[in-house]
Amino acid sequence: MASLRSFLRSGKNAVSAVLRREFHGTPPAAVQVTVRDALNQALDEELERDERVFLLGEEVAQYDGAYKVSRGLWKKYGDKRIIDTPITEMGFAGIAVGAAMAGLRPICEFMTFNFSMQAIDQVINSAAKTYYMSAGLQPVPIVFRGPNGASAGVAAQHSQCFAAWYGHCPGLKVVSPWSAEDAKGLLKSAIRDDNPVVFLENELMYGVPFEMSEEAQSKDFLLPIGKAKIERQGNHVTLVSHSRMVSLCLDAAAVLAKEGIECEVINMRTIRPLDAEAIETSVMKTNHLITVEGGWPQFGVGAEILARIMEGKDFFICF
Amino acid sequence: IGYGLLTSRFLSDLCKCDLHKLEEGPPLQAVLTREEGLQYYRTMQTIRRMELKADQLYKQKIIRGFCHLYDGQEACAVGIETGINLSDHLITAYRAHGYTLTRGGTVREIMAELTGRRGGIAKGKGGSMHMYTKHFYGGNGIVGAQVPLGAGVALACKYLGNNEICVCLYGDGAANQGQIFETYNMASLWKLPCIFICENNKYGMGTSVERAAASTDYYKRGDFIPGLRLDGMDVLCVREATKFAAEHCRSGKGPILMELQTYRYHGHSMSDPGVSYRTREEIQEVRSKSDPISMLKDRMLSNNMASVEELKEIDVEVRKEIEDAAQFATTDPEPPLDDLCNHIFYNDPPMEVRGTNPWTKLKSVS
Repeated sequence: MASLRSFLRSGKNAVSAVLRREFHGTPPAAVQVTVRDALNQALDEELERDERVFLLGEEVAQYDGAYKVSRGLWKKYGDKRIIDTPITEMGFAGIAVGAAMAGLRPICEFMTFNFSMQAIDQVINSAAKTYYMSAGLQPVPIVFRGPNGASAGVAAQHSQCFAAWYGHCPGLKVVSPWSAEDAKGLLKSAIRDDNPVVFLENELMYGVPFEMSEEAQSKDFLLPIGKAKIERQGNHVTLVSHSRMVSLCLDAAAVLAKEGIECEVINMRTIRPLDAEAIETSVMKTNHLITVEGGWPQFGVGAEILARIMEGKDFFICF
Repeated sequence: IGYGLLTSRFLSDLCKCDLHKLEEGPPLQAVLTREEGLQYYRTMQTIRRMELKADQLYKQKIIRGFCHLYDGQEACAVGIETGINLSDHLITAYRAHGYTLTRGGTVREIMAELTGRRGGIAKGKGGSMHMYTKHFYGGNGIVGAQVPLGAGVALACKYLGNNEICVCLYGDGAANQGQIFETYNMASLWKLPCIFICENNKYGMGTSVERAAASTDYYKRGDFIPGLRLDGMDVLCVREATKFAAEHCRSGKGPILMELQTYRYHGHSMSDPGVSYRTREEIQEVRSKSDPISMLKDRMLSNNMASVEELKEIDVEVRKEIEDAAQFATTDPEPPLDDLCNHIFYNDPPMEVRGTNPWTKLKSVS
């Protein structure tokens, strides 16, 4: 009985919503899109746009992706462009880098970035350093993507955050999206970028829905790599974060707002190149800074941000 | 004897290759023309003299850092190149000066790169181990890492359908690397047009093959990949085997493995005298009995394909080319300091690079 009632209720709402639309002719509204679907859209659009783009990794094809990020792509694009690999990270990462050197634009998926450690030599020594060592003769347009950082109870070997390790190396761009818009816009930019990009997703964010604006739904929606976004304006304290921890910061900001403390929440979006200017500008305003991340504190992303602030031209003015 | 009395071509007998999972191997005879012979001789001699000059410059501290010399192995680089096209692809490890030359680099650019000057093939920023030309992917410092890269290049060839292949070289030391077996697996599964070539010079740095490998039959180590083993000191053998392997790949049969038995006269690198793990007698024996340049020279002279004077003339020309290149490499200026941070990213607007202190701004352009 209860379910029938709720069905009728929702049915009436649906009908009136349709009628409302017909009468007022409202433009297509923002929709709710999960991070997973946003990534899927980005991959689909870029595969369609450029013949040279292809995806390889474990279970990306017939399994539809270990976390279903590449769902439907193999059915649409086939064996040539969506390639299932054996469980040999060092080998297939090297093959992806070689393909990039020879003119293709591979997307190399690591099931989690913990496994990228097996292939880290190929990411750093073969991909990141080559353009420099060849003095501009040999670019490497490749994207390494996959979930990064902690998940739910998967134990130490499967929970490491690699933002600091990859963020240390010149020649790499390191991106860490939070919302669905971030995921889509930044992944598209990463694929179109002619340099090696490490794209750090987060497994716990895959299922989280976000409102995606109409603009973000377009096939050419790109977000610039290297620019942070202010998710919430505030005057009292700056919270700087990336990936899943941005949600935590926004939750904290909501709690603090009840006590009259207004937090400015900055979503870094990119780890390298670091948008130090955005953080500096905010700190000049608030004079208080907390960095929030999922990685270990020593030699981490937060440590770098603090070092930059301290070395910045305005640090002593803060005092 | 006048030049008019020379033979223009002759049919040479070749060494027999050991075969693995192959019904037939390369032909047992091949035609060598006068032009080919002279060209192979010139190129091998150029590599030889270039490497010896590098040795000299290193001892004078004009070349610093790593320097891994290729003298003794010339027949491999020259033979392989004559078996493929310049439009094919090649990747090797750090003993790469010979390949940089055969793949289109000039002696001048190579030597200037060794001395780290702006006229170098990588503007002085790569050095001995990181030289690149079109369809030549270096020059790779990490042992074995170039093998998956080569298979990736082969994947691109297959993907783009351009009928090109990739030659992917590694040494007897690298042959035990795990990533190479991972690559064998994927190359075979996906039938990548990749020729894996093991240059077996009997020593991985200072470790002889018997002490490093449980199985020294490197041509069989590909297991499900067909393989052949041949004399890497005979440039004609190498050429014919490479042609055979290239045909195998281009016909869509997948990868193939070649083992070239060769020898390096120098130690592993310039910091290695090369006599603590092998005897001087051994080196001398190879030099007198199996030197690739001498072997080609004898073949050409005894079959009346060239005269002694002609070959001497080539020697003189090569010597001059090397001298000029060395002169250039010694006098060309080093790259300017503001080149330090360039070439970090490709196709990007200029950016600032974090330096050692906030008052020193480092700029980077693509």
